Amino acid sequence: MKKLALLSILTLTSFILFSQTEKRLIPSATLKNMEGANVNTSDFNNDGKPMIINFWATWCSPCKRELNNIAEVYGDWVKTTGVKLIAVSIDDARNAGKVAPYVNGKAWEYEVYIDSNQDFKRALNVNNVPHTFLVNGKGEIVWQHNSYLEGDEDELYEALKKLAAGEDL
Amino acid sequence: MSLKKVISFVLLIAPFIANNISAQSIDQVMSRGEIHGNFQLDMQYYQEDSLIGATAVPEHTLMNGFANFIYTNGNFEAGFRYESYLNTMLGFPAKYKGNGIGYRYASFTNEEMKITVGNFYEQFGNGLIFRSYEERGLGYDNAMDGIRINYKLAEGLSVKGVIGKQRLYFESGEGIVRGIDGELMVNDVLGGTLKESKTKLTLGGSFVSKYQADQSSQYNLPENVGAYAGRFVLQRGKISLNGEYARKINDPSADNNFIYKEGEAFYAQTSYSSKGFGLTFSAKGVDNMSFRSDRNASLTDLQINYLPTLTRQHLYNLLATLYPYATQPNGEIAFQGELVYKFKKETFLGGKNGMSLLINYSTVYNIDSTALPASDTTYLGYTSNLFAIGEERYYDEINVELTKKFSPKLSGIFTYSNIMFNQAVVQGKTPQDHPDIYANVGVIDLTYKLNKKHAIRAEFQGLFTKQDHQDWATVLIEYSYAPHWFIAVMDQYNFGNLIEKERIHYYFASAGYLKGTNRIQIGYGRQREGIFCVGGVCRNVPAASGLTLSITSSF
Repeated sequence: MKKLALLSILTLTSFILFSQTEKRLIPSATLKNMEGANVNTSDFNNDGKPMIINFWATWCSPCKRELNNIAEVYGDWVKTTGVKLIAVSIDDARNAGKVAPYVNGKAWEYEVYIDSNQDFKRALNVNNVPHTFLVNGKGEIVWQHNSYLEGDEDELYEALKKLAAGEDL
Repeated sequence: MSLKKVISFVLLIAPFIANNISAQSIDQVMSRGEIHGNFQLDMQYYQEDSLIGATAVPEHTLMNGFANFIYTNGNFEAGFRYESYLNTMLGFPAKYKGNGIGYRYASFTNEEMKITVGNFYEQFGNGLIFRSYEERGLGYDNAMDGIRINYKLAEGLSVKGVIGKQRLYFESGEGIVRGIDGELMVNDVLGGTLKESKTKLTLGGSFVSKYQADQSSQYNLPENVGAYAGRFVLQRGKISLNGEYARKINDPSADNNFIYKEGEAFYAQTSYSSKGFGLTFSAKGVDNMSFRSDRNASLTDLQINYLPTLTRQHLYNLLATLYPYATQPNGEIAFQGELVYKFKKETFLGGKNGMSLLINYSTVYNIDSTALPASDTTYLGYTSNLFAIGEERYYDEINVELTKKFSPKLSGIFTYSNIMFNQAVVQGKTPQDHPDIYANVGVIDLTYKLNKKHAIRAEFQGLFTKQDHQDWATVLIEYSYAPHWFIAVMDQYNFGNLIEKERIHYYFASAGYLKGTNRIQIGYGRQREGIFCVGGVCRNVPAASGLTLSITSSF
């Protein structure tokens, strides 16, 4: 019985893994936008141009450093690649109300959502923030990176430029 | 959970998959399926260090690890988390022991409805009467085990229903929790011209009830305890206003000393923001609102609700770990204001590269209450007014943070904080020999970019107080080589301690390698006994010394 169950799990898993050739699409989860309305993540789109999905929190120092650093070059990135950055805050009720004033106060031009219950974070298997995903025009995840070190945004930009030029990553 | 249970779970979900398969070819169905997961491992080799009070452990090393696996196929989804504690690391609840499946679920979605069976995390409104969530870094997990239904009744109108038992380590608590929540986006539902209106209104309401048999011979305890809450969010352009009020019927428990008083709470927030400027004010009151699915539970076990703390969540080590505030569920009233402002570039204060300012003020008091006399027979404990501020202050802080870029290479964050901390109340110490702590804290955090990939970051922190262990200093130097490497050294020094032999250095060195979603970090040194917080939840960790290894990954 045990062996049979294990065997069926293994067969199922290997079947899925080997058949998993296409890239992963953005999974579905419900987030709140800055107006308090529900938005489904599978509706994220940027008219066929690339998107960056970044997980952050108001209490996370490296997250804010990363988003502040990107904010300075974001205008150029948008101009050259048409990219849209979606910043998903995992702040809960303690800080969720401070997200919009913080984002506006820092004059960020990103599209910002709140994942208070961390459903989207779990769906994307994010361990810790910050975590960054690069998504192609078809909504497929093509690149991801955990943590932030000063200068990481350059690597992200290189990947983004390749993606925008239609090259393989 | 035993292997037997895993097998029965697999058998449980198999029909879902099999059903799909019979209709279409296996190949077609399977090619739509995806498996993803994430993994984390923390391990420590413990050394004895009598100076800081760290002891060795009989196992020499302790380890916590887990991995999540999620399978999705069209509208079907199933997943589980394997957890391993061999044995539980110091500071984690010792009841996590051995291996098991701590979490497993299956769900499907169709046009209007999502059904989840097994474990799930969910929250109603701000969580004042219901929130099940996890904070793996602290071993906090009160996942529900039961059934959840999310139903979208109409555009702008949705309902959630939950029923289940709460996770208690590798078991479930004995109480049953049931709840329903509805949310209405008024503009969407009424439609017409309102849909385009700049003013948007959302209303929400929830009801939660728990059941636990009364086995007491001493009291006549309520077996069903209900709680309800109502909320609104009003938004017009740059202005936002939201509020929630919650009430709970009598719920005698170990937390409130088995009194029969009802509980209540409110949380209100307003904000105004425009480009370069953000302002928030919030207020919160809590009275007798501890809510657990087992009336005898303590610590972080079996909590049904979440009472957010209304103080600034700190980023720097000394501020975050020495005197962090935590909500007092038995009663408190709190206020907070925060201003974020960005000075434009090419102005006097903004300079060439701009500067931004954040000011946060928060204060917390007890609520005004009067204890009932000993002759009282109502067992209500005390009388109170949720909106009346009492005379005892629990916490107070003014925090100023300046972020300034001096040049493309050099930037800095400068923080000043002045805090008052009532350790007797917040940490449950005796008031006689634990006076309120008044501290001044300064932090200078500088980042210098050597070139595109190499950077040095240095933190200098000082905490000055006449109480507790007096003055502390922390120096941290981090060298990073993007995108893969970093190395850091830190020393925390209790230089002002009045007792000379307790002026201890807590040094710690670490190095890490990162690639994609992989992160491997090793560290060596001393960790101070103290309070460790992640995402607003805190736990006490004992002093420890030794070698640590941490690995995270996802796919």
